[in-house]
Amino acid sequence: MIGPDAHLYSGPSGRLARAPWWVLALALGATLVAWRTATSEVYSDIFFRILSGLGVTLAVTAAAFPLAVALGLATALGLVSPHPVRRNLAALYVQTARGVPVLVQIFIVAFVVVPLGVEGVRWAGAAVGSASLAGLRASDVSMTARVVAALVCAYGAFEAETLRGGLTSLPRGQAEAARALGLSQRQALFHVLLPQTFRRILPTLGNDLISLLKDSSLVSVLGVRDITQEARLYANTTFRYTESLTLLALFYLALTLLLALGVKGLEHRYRRHAA
Amino acid sequence: MQPEAEKPPILEARGLVKRFGAVTAVDGISIEIRASRVTAILGPSGSGKSTLLRCLNFMEVPDSGEVLFGGKPVRARDRELDALRARVGMVFQQFNLFPHLLVWENVALAPRVVRGLTGASARSLAQNLLCRVGLADKADAHPTQLSGGQQQRAAIARALAMEPAALLFDEPTSALDPELKDEVLEVMRTLAREGTTMAVVTHEVAFARAVAHEVVFMDAGRVVEKGPPSQVIDAPCNERTRRFFVR
Repeated sequence: MIGPDAHLYSGPSGRLARAPWWVLALALGATLVAWRTATSEVYSDIFFRILSGLGVTLAVTAAAFPLAVALGLATALGLVSPHPVRRNLAALYVQTARGVPVLVQIFIVAFVVVPLGVEGVRWAGAAVGSASLAGLRASDVSMTARVVAALVCAYGAFEAETLRGGLTSLPRGQAEAARALGLSQRQALFHVLLPQTFRRILPTLGNDLISLLKDSSLVSVLGVRDITQEARLYANTTFRYTESLTLLALFYLALTLLLALGVKGLEHRYRRHAA
Repeated sequence: MQPEAEKPPILEARGLVKRFGAVTAVDGISIEIRASRVTAILGPSGSGKSTLLRCLNFMEVPDSGEVLFGGKPVRARDRELDALRARVGMVFQQFNLFPHLLVWENVALAPRVVRGLTGASARSLAQNLLCRVGLADKADAHPTQLSGGQQQRAAIARALAMEPAALLFDEPTSALDPELKDEVLEVMRTLAREGTTMAVVTHEVAFARAVAHEVVFMDAGRVVEKGPPSQVIDAPCNERTRRFFVR
């Protein structure tokens, strides 16, 4: 039992009360779906159609998340920096990226930033006489890459706030002890402060990863064939909306549950000796 | 060999001033930390003892005055300060062990990262030092599994691992109950006997009397009286010092 007042709880607390019944409920649901998929041609059709988009969904998430955390880390260090220029640049980015919907950011990156960037590269390529750069076209930048860039931009701001919160929650004595041993600012950060920060923010990071996985479905607006796009295309041609969307939702649910379990496992590993 | 008095002190503060807003915590203090000697800094709470000590390794950057290390003034530049801190160990009131590392890893971290020791030699160094502070059997424990006294002894081992020219103790026993204090003071007594250069901010008058070569008594950001403990603690000339030690 956790929770600040769990010791005041007077309801059922035996073995039955503590069992994770929701796992059983989900397992039942999964069995039902597996059975339907195996026995009904429509369901197995849809299942394999959606499965064909799974690689894209996973790849977009797996590419965007580490990059977003890296961007968030750089930004968080800016946010806590005594250097006024860095601090203000970081705050400007966080406030802007947090305040614009992810979908809108995807459109902006895909249809404004990338074409402008390509234009700039062409101009620079022509200036230095590089034919391959000067001949670059916007269509050379895949929609998948644009989506990943947009998700990194949007989630980098969240990760920055998460990391800043984690860093500033550490006791001052940790940084002092590290610096008093002669560690430089950078060494203290990487050997002492960040390892503790990541342990502390693990639950939030897990949440953000799950959230990013779900938001990866937005790639479908650019026609990228992830699991959402595959399900939509299937439904649009066969009018099997109920079946397609049910299975699609279950795909996401299965993925997010797996992630949640993974994060729980990590948390469990670190919880015992956390500060 | 040069006579004692002619060697420059390991650490020296000259005209140190540190203000926090309107409060002047350290008000123009000059002290010397001499080699192989124990300097105890005593005084009432809020007298600026800890701030003075923290200025010596630039945990606080003084507003004016200078700190000399081995006779040379220390400039407040990142690289120079890192080098100073690598040579001057500090032990904190709250121990400040790194909770994400095992006890031996706490000790081995700085030698590995700062001094560039290999993992294996840093580990054996850590084992030796933990043995010296009586924690050989706790090397593979997590800091949270140790008692306060054990944590502070591990923190002393961690500071010793950098082979410091001087060790600064900032109220090392103030967070400990009386029983645990003794095991930490015993380690410090041994270090003093072995000739470790130490500056100790403390409320342990008995320890200062028995171990210190010099006692610095502070009040309101100034040094009121300094000298051997037999003089400052047992026969103070200053009225304020007398009131403090008559208890």
